[in-house]
Amino acid sequence: MMPWNRDQMAARAAEELQDGMYVNLGIGIPTLVANHVGDKDITLQSENGMLGMGPFPYEGEEDPDLINAGKQTITELPHTAYFDSATSFGMIRGGKIAAAILGAMEVSEEGDLANWMIPGKLVKGMGGAMDLVAGVGRVIVVMDHTNKAGQSKVLRACTLPLTGKAVVNRIITNLGVLDVVPGGLRIVELADGVTEAELRAATEATIVA
Amino acid sequence: MKKVYATADAALDGLLHDGMFIAAGGFGLCGIPELLIDALVRSGVKDLTIASNNCGVDGFGLGKLLETRQIRKMISSYVGENAEFMRQYLSGEIELEFNPQGTLAERMRAGGAGIPGFYTRTGVGTVIAEGKEVKTFDGQDYILERGIVADLSIVKAWKADDTGNLVFRKTARNFNPPAAMCGRVCVAEVEEIVPRGSLDPDHIHLPGIYVHRIIAGQHEKRIEQRTTRKKETA
Repeated sequence: MMPWNRDQMAARAAEELQDGMYVNLGIGIPTLVANHVGDKDITLQSENGMLGMGPFPYEGEEDPDLINAGKQTITELPHTAYFDSATSFGMIRGGKIAAAILGAMEVSEEGDLANWMIPGKLVKGMGGAMDLVAGVGRVIVVMDHTNKAGQSKVLRACTLPLTGKAVVNRIITNLGVLDVVPGGLRIVELADGVTEAELRAATEATIVA
Repeated sequence: MKKVYATADAALDGLLHDGMFIAAGGFGLCGIPELLIDALVRSGVKDLTIASNNCGVDGFGLGKLLETRQIRKMISSYVGENAEFMRQYLSGEIELEFNPQGTLAERMRAGGAGIPGFYTRTGVGTVIAEGKEVKTFDGQDYILERGIVADLSIVKAWKADDTGNLVFRKTARNFNPPAAMCGRVCVAEVEEIVPRGSLDPDHIHLPGIYVHRIIAGQHEKRIEQRTTRKKETA
């Protein structure tokens, strides 16, 4: 079995993006998606109040007034626009952002997403994740198919507190691509060298033909 | 109508009382009212409820008010950068109300705009919806969230004129306009106060009607995550 690595998962996620889209990328592997958009005209939204997010600044050119939602220093582009947080989430809640690509701890076969809290362990907060998954046009999850203990993260039902209920459209993992459809998940694509049997074995959720 | 004060302490004089509710602008450490936070520390005002997207970091921003135990409750979307916050939260010393980030921003905007509540899809089917009214519009469930009205707003802008018209810079705008709007009184700190007529009226981000007192001062503007790339050599 030759699962996709982080960069290959990001490259596959970038294929989801079409010319002209306004997109929000989460922290982790989703951030790497920006490296794979090629010639496509994609405008990145940062929910702290920016459309048209540029790359990291050159050393010595960091501006404390210019950060992304991960609090990292970034740069602006010629078409950048800034706005306040209420306006930012207005465009998110209002469905103006075409897609959000974000990481997850668990996804269920009904499209439920858990990615913000592990009771008793991780209580940092949901940030803008709940608003994003409830508001944007399409929610694409990018994550490893299993956790470090080898247990499936693609479940019949999430065990962790939800970020959103029935919000995920597509799941891209190191083993392949799955869509949330009525009755369960449909296999869209297998990672190179991964068999359907291997993907099914790593998936707790119902897979429909 | 004189809005310009000499110091942060003078600008907060007469506005503070124990147990009060403060809305603060800023995202992470970007665009936070650091001078007014320092003045709150010096004032000793306590049992504060603070609505702010984050709670600073250990030893900077709102983290300073944590160290002095002046905060009773935070209303925030993310507090992950602060070990002292976690310690006080897990030991029950501080209360925490998580709000999704957009819900928090809209609660402030709505409160300032005279809207006591609004329905949103954000949080439907999650712990955030517990105890809240659910209403169905066009076959879709929404939850009722309340507008926020704070006793005091503290915000940071780039420039102000002497009437309180504010201009922000880049992503340091963030929560500052909605936080300013939701306060019964708003104190703004800026990098520069210019005479009226110096700002282009078409380029005002927040009209002075929302801003009651102003101070200018030096800001540390600490960077939370310094990320850079190398210049390609030609």
